Amino acid sequence: MRKQFIALLAFAAVAGSAACSGGAAGIGAEDLKGQTVEIVGPWTGDEQKNFEKVLAAFTSKTGAEVKYTPAGDELPTVLQTRISGGTPPGVALIAQPGLVAQFARANALKPVNADVEKAVTKHNAAVWKQLGSVDGKLYGFTFKTANKSAFWYSEKAFKQVGATPPATWDDLIKTSKAIAETGLAAVSVGGADGWTLTDWFENVYLRTAGPENYDKLAKHEIPWTDPSVRKALEELAKLWGDPTLVGGGALQTEFPKSVINVFGDPSTAAMVFEADFVASVITTNTKAKVGQDAKFFPFPSVAGSKEAVVAGGDMAVQFKDDKATTELMKFLASPESGEIWAGLGGFLSPNKDIKESAYPDDVTQDLAKRIVDAGDNVRFDMSDLAPAAFGGTKGAGEWKDLQDFLADPKNVDGIMQRLEANAAKAYGK
Amino acid sequence: MKPRKFGLSSSVDAAPGRSPRQAIPFLLPALVVLAALVLYPLVFSLIRSFFDASGDEFVGLRNYVDTFTDQRTLTAFRNNVIWVVVAPAAVTGIGLVLAVLTERIKWATAFRLVLFMPMAISLFASGIIFRLVYEEEPDQGVVNAALVGVHDLFSPSSAYPKARPRDGYTPTDAGYVATAPSRAGDTIMVPLVGFPPQDVPAQALPASQPTSGNGELRGLVWLDVSVGGKAGKVDPIERGLPGIQLEAVRDGKVVARTTTGDDGRFTFPDLASDEVVVRLPESNFALPFRGLTWLGPSLITPVIISSWIWIMTGFAITFIAAGLSAIPRDALEAARVDGATEWQVFRRVTIPLLSPVLLVVFVTLVINVLKIFELVFVIAPGSVQSEANVLALQMWQVSFGTGGDQGAGSALAVILFLLVAPAMLFNIRRFRRERS
Repeated sequence: MRKQFIALLAFAAVAGSAACSGGAAGIGAEDLKGQTVEIVGPWTGDEQKNFEKVLAAFTSKTGAEVKYTPAGDELPTVLQTRISGGTPPGVALIAQPGLVAQFARANALKPVNADVEKAVTKHNAAVWKQLGSVDGKLYGFTFKTANKSAFWYSEKAFKQVGATPPATWDDLIKTSKAIAETGLAAVSVGGADGWTLTDWFENVYLRTAGPENYDKLAKHEIPWTDPSVRKALEELAKLWGDPTLVGGGALQTEFPKSVINVFGDPSTAAMVFEADFVASVITTNTKAKVGQDAKFFPFPSVAGSKEAVVAGGDMAVQFKDDKATTELMKFLASPESGEIWAGLGGFLSPNKDIKESAYPDDVTQDLAKRIVDAGDNVRFDMSDLAPAAFGGTKGAGEWKDLQDFLADPKNVDGIMQRLEANAAKAYGK
Repeated sequence: MKPRKFGLSSSVDAAPGRSPRQAIPFLLPALVVLAALVLYPLVFSLIRSFFDASGDEFVGLRNYVDTFTDQRTLTAFRNNVIWVVVAPAAVTGIGLVLAVLTERIKWATAFRLVLFMPMAISLFASGIIFRLVYEEEPDQGVVNAALVGVHDLFSPSSAYPKARPRDGYTPTDAGYVATAPSRAGDTIMVPLVGFPPQDVPAQALPASQPTSGNGELRGLVWLDVSVGGKAGKVDPIERGLPGIQLEAVRDGKVVARTTTGDDGRFTFPDLASDEVVVRLPESNFALPFRGLTWLGPSLITPVIISSWIWIMTGFAITFIAAGLSAIPRDALEAARVDGATEWQVFRRVTIPLLSPVLLVVFVTLVINVLKIFELVFVIAPGSVQSEANVLALQMWQVSFGTGGDQGAGSALAVILFLLVAPAMLFNIRRFRRERS
């Protein structure tokens, strides 16, 4: 009886101080015992297991139970349904900033607590905070990110022509041509998936047009018929327009296949561009070893552009503001949670206070470092910022238009007009 | 006791099973389930189709207008028409032929069982199977593997596919033509690129520059690819390419032909003193035949229809075979006795007697085809999904795809329902007529 009373008193004291002073006092092991938070995320399989280890650390730290619901690609639908049904989860990890903004404006989300905001400001470059803010209020932060500015290359193919990782776009074309002379296609493009093509475009555009124009185009403040878009498409056409450089059947090649084309046996191409998760495709589908046979170089600079990274990511947001939920958000915003998953592999974080040594190997360390080093030159994947009808639908909008561009890279004007027409329709709604 | 005073029992006695009042308690459970699972969603979809994406604002017929002005929906309509015209008729026809043919063979049941098997696999899994069957890479797609095998039997592929001269030659339909003329006594160097050094034939010898010969046009064709090698120069480890054909052309006519030796050297022995142009015929470098792009925009719908035919033929055979066994044997026998050929029996007796069954099968297939979804979703790669689009897929994409406009999706669902309804009514009518 006495013991319980003391526990209650302690809890009240902690809760009180957390509420008033913004959580100066730490949370002890048993303080949130008996409370449960539900968290919805996109991860299944191995990623789910790894994330559950992160959550287990939270449980042992605070005593609160966390129930993880994997929703896969259907996460937006799952969330939308649960919000309409009046039973939202405590926390969700959302890959589409547009959806976060939509939920925030519909008052489904709770702005983060002052402690979480402090942690986000402290541990991340300003651009990430901006990404999680809607109408001046911070609603979330990127917990897991993807570095979408990497060219993965086969060491063997590069050796055959004595090539070194190119630092500029022109060098890349030159290297590509040298590789094509050996009968190998220079790049393998996964054109059956539209999202790989939007990533190509975004990387070139971020470099040729600069971050300011990138932001404007993402909000459709400048049209897709803008000269800056033409410039980017023309640069892209230098590579895509040469049939000896791009592997055959690109439009029928899905993303995993495009990776296997380079690192599988027999290999038909020397390089594949995509995000850090190419590494896991290599490990699961080919015999090539990441770091030895398969290496990466950052997306080359175009016309002297500064180092910049296009990133994707899953943003943690909260639908409830009870104590356990807020504690969980605080935990996810701390370097502590990220370091757990970083050690398990397949994880990058924009959190600059995660120690580099927390990542398991050189390649991952390098990928993570480039995101942190690019600082405010990081831009979120534009197609994920756009309305889904334009930037995220199979066979429609930007995906389809860029696929048509890959099929006919000479048709820059036609593609720009189609992009603009589709964008106008999608943003107008 | 006067039992006739009880209304309930009196009506039971008067006309058993005809009282609506008595029927209600028995029908109620079914009615509730039907109303909850069929009627309510139907009405709700109809109402929902008049509201916008969020479901708050009434937009009248705008969703329908949008649907009929959207290019993607129109493509879906067109494809649905192709499906309805081609697929059910093909399946009914093939099913009929196979059912009649298998009727009198010994292992008819086993044979039909095998043909029925695809029905046991889910459409989704079948889709994945056919996605692989029609894969473009002949190493993976069995259709292209067969095509390539047959093709290569008759015309073997070239020795150096994709190889090309580094410079100094213009590609034409006949092959690579030298930009500068040459004459007897010259030596010409032809550096080739675009071919993997490890694929050079084993008998190839290191390349070296030939000496010029009097009255002969000599030269060297070699693979100008090596680490640290100079472009256009013969580097020590670079090898000549054996077996390349060359032509000397004068005034548009081939005056001499020759082939390179193992060291890549070639000689045109007796050319007159006039200038000639050297040409490397296309046959040296022709790309190997890789089959067709089945999953490209032009062939995708026929490809998906073919896989649907594979799946549904078993269904048609089963029904038609059942109908066939119900045909009075004497009608067939009578026709045969009267001297009709088997073809005439089939045309004039079997088909007319089977027509009610054929019609039911056909209409059922039409309904099935109108709501086709999984096969298109799985087989069509993302890049051609809009070319392969059908209404059911479009409905799903609009309402649950990342777009999430369930108003417009409901409008599509209603349109789809209206398209299926006549076929369903027809079937219901038939069943009723059969019963009466």
